[in-house]
Amino acid sequence: MTNCKNDTFPPTPFRRGAFTLRRPIIKPVRRIFISALVAAAVLNPTAAAAEPFRPTSGDQILERLPKAGDAATRELRHLRAKLNETPNDLELARTLAKRYIGLGRAEADPRYYGYAEAALKPWVNLAAPPVEVRVLRAVLKQNRHDFDGALDDLAQTLAAKPKHAQALLTQAFVLQVQGRYADARRSCRALPRGVHPLIVVTCVARIESLTGRSDTGYGLLKRGLANWTDADRGLRLWAFTNLGEIAQRRGDVIAAERHFRDGLDLGRRDAYLRGAYADLLLDSGRAQEARDFLADDTRIDGLLLRLTLAEARLGDPAAQDHRALLEARFAASRARGSVIHRREEARFTLEILERPAAALALAEANWQAQREPADVRLVLAAALAAGVPDRAQPALDWLRKTGLRDRQIDRLTARLEGEAS
Amino acid sequence: MVRWLTLCLLVILALMPVSASAHKPSDSYLSLEVSGERIEGQWDIALRDLEFAIGLDGNGDGAISWTELQARHTAISAYALARLRVSAGAADCALTPGEQLVDTHSDGVYAVLRFAASCAAPAQSIEVDYSLFFDLDPQHRGLLQLTAGGQTQTVIFAPAAATQSLELGQVDLLRQGLEFAVNGVWHIWIGFDHVLFLLTLLLPAVFLRRARTWEPVGDFRAAFGQVLKIVTAFTLAHSITLTLAALGAIDLPTRLVESVIAASVVIAALNNIYPVVTRRLWLVAFAFGLVHGLGFASVLVDLGLPPGALVLALLSFNVGVEVGQLAIVAAFLPLAYLARDWRFYPRGGLQVGSALVVVVASVWLFERALNVALPVL
Repeated sequence: MTNCKNDTFPPTPFRRGAFTLRRPIIKPVRRIFISALVAAAVLNPTAAAAEPFRPTSGDQILERLPKAGDAATRELRHLRAKLNETPNDLELARTLAKRYIGLGRAEADPRYYGYAEAALKPWVNLAAPPVEVRVLRAVLKQNRHDFDGALDDLAQTLAAKPKHAQALLTQAFVLQVQGRYADARRSCRALPRGVHPLIVVTCVARIESLTGRSDTGYGLLKRGLANWTDADRGLRLWAFTNLGEIAQRRGDVIAAERHFRDGLDLGRRDAYLRGAYADLLLDSGRAQEARDFLADDTRIDGLLLRLTLAEARLGDPAAQDHRALLEARFAASRARGSVIHRREEARFTLEILERPAAALALAEANWQAQREPADVRLVLAAALAAGVPDRAQPALDWLRKTGLRDRQIDRLTARLEGEAS
Repeated sequence: MVRWLTLCLLVILALMPVSASAHKPSDSYLSLEVSGERIEGQWDIALRDLEFAIGLDGNGDGAISWTELQARHTAISAYALARLRVSAGAADCALTPGEQLVDTHSDGVYAVLRFAASCAAPAQSIEVDYSLFFDLDPQHRGLLQLTAGGQTQTVIFAPAAATQSLELGQVDLLRQGLEFAVNGVWHIWIGFDHVLFLLTLLLPAVFLRRARTWEPVGDFRAAFGQVLKIVTAFTLAHSITLTLAALGAIDLPTRLVESVIAASVVIAALNNIYPVVTRRLWLVAFAFGLVHGLGFASVLVDLGLPPGALVLALLSFNVGVEVGQLAIVAAFLPLAYLARDWRFYPRGGLQVGSALVVVVASVWLFERALNVALPVL
């Protein structure tokens, strides 16, 4: 993996011939000087160590394409070709965009969100796009963590169509990410009749579980899943994922595992669910299972992070390479000015690099943007590890205010309170 | 019912928490190295993106081999270079595709497209217009690293910031000057021959030569005055030749220059042991300073003189050399002054010290004149 370090940029061309060694007497001194300069160039995060190469054999496989050749990909290509001919066909553009968004979520691959945005090109940058485009634009903004931008689009949509199901649901989710639970709950409850009841139940149950009523939320969602077995696979997967998370929050690891497995057994690839299940394994000290489960998930940063954690715990030498790979990806992400990796980077810094002070700074910055249980947990754990429990105070106050209960968070809270007294 | 299901589909994907993302988004890495009117470029573009844009997987097996990539090299350079415009002044620079390689980045393999841009005039500022993939993926970003005059700037291209101007001259003058000054300081410190020459001349500066004996100077001012004269003369002399040589007005063989420099150290040291010149040491400093200046110049030329900032580079390098020199003098003078009354200074310090210098510098002279390396040093 030596090729992967610091490769944000190809190597900075070093001034050629800058230090011609001419006088034997000072050779060693100059050599040290040159080494120092080269080291500085390598340490510069935007400089690089990788060197372009020419493959030695024509048969050498350079890249394997994800999702190549399957029916869905072929169909998407067909739709894309059709849209190229009639780029102003709003219906077609929306269909294609939705398909790409679905693929983007399943694969956790931001390229697909970009393709969706491109499909909506004639409208997506308008000040007042058609309602249906505006909702999709909100979804895209939410995906790149522009939460305020997304809420703004959703508010505009709902001002025009107060019962727009997609807008209400997306709004509930974004508000939930921001920790605005009362608003999120209102948004769930406003969902109109036409929406599948399992969606409403999942939406509400999630909020219940985040505001100290995990038992209510759990019962509600469990019954919902038992009642509406006819629901679409994607919807059931999402409901099982939530049910598993709620069970975990309640400390019922066995039930949580069963629900996650139910979700996985639906046979749909879903990066989020895989991450949640891997976390359950890691939290229960089952690193080996986590490693086996994620063995092929190195493309997705969030999953690679968990794989690396599992490997590190098992003393697997692969952890070294994966760690370097993650560092390179975070550096590349920073170089493009992206913020969507903040949670992963904080966790990486805390649990893999074991640099709690730096991790705390990242966790705090992340917590300003996102307030899901995982984000709060990171602030608490980093503050503990860094030996500055005071820095956890804002998060603790917030926990008290919202009533959020979560077994892992409760443990950290107890330790922080123990340190304080 | 049908409406219900489509609603579900979309609804679910929107709602699922996404913070567990993600792959690395699509980026390309463009680097431009400017030297005068010529720009060397390298562009790393993800194979995945090229596949999506123009198709690389010739046999449709979901894997891209080197043969398949090679078959598309012309298409790749045509596609990519049509989406890049580099202009210097008002005129576009002609882009010529070069060799294509591959490189591994953190998220996969990239095609590496080398190219050259030739501009009508040396670039003071360049404008880059980047539009690769923006039509296919508005979240694509182009990350440019531009190197000019030893300074690097980075710029991110996005659909809303597809055209950007980069100033090459003004911004980096200060930094460039500083860089040359630091090189000057560094060079005097690691240039043992210059330091030794200077110290050899300064060794007797705390004495007056009277009636074939060394008498300690009366006060610090007298010592300081002598040192000042020597250092100033040395500086003046090597500044003159440094400038002339850097501008190409003098061009002497390096071997000759380096040998004479070594010889100058030998002579200066011998003069301490068998004084010939005792009154106007600054003259010696000036004469040999001229040769030492030629030695500095070879370093400066090696560093690569920026065409746009020649005077600045020369001046800064000189200032750096002076600063380095003064630091050495500042460390030496107080010590020598305090030691001047010491009985053994004339014999122990001056004679033995100078004799050692003669030995060392003779080895240099031998090595440089005959172009061999002796194992002793």
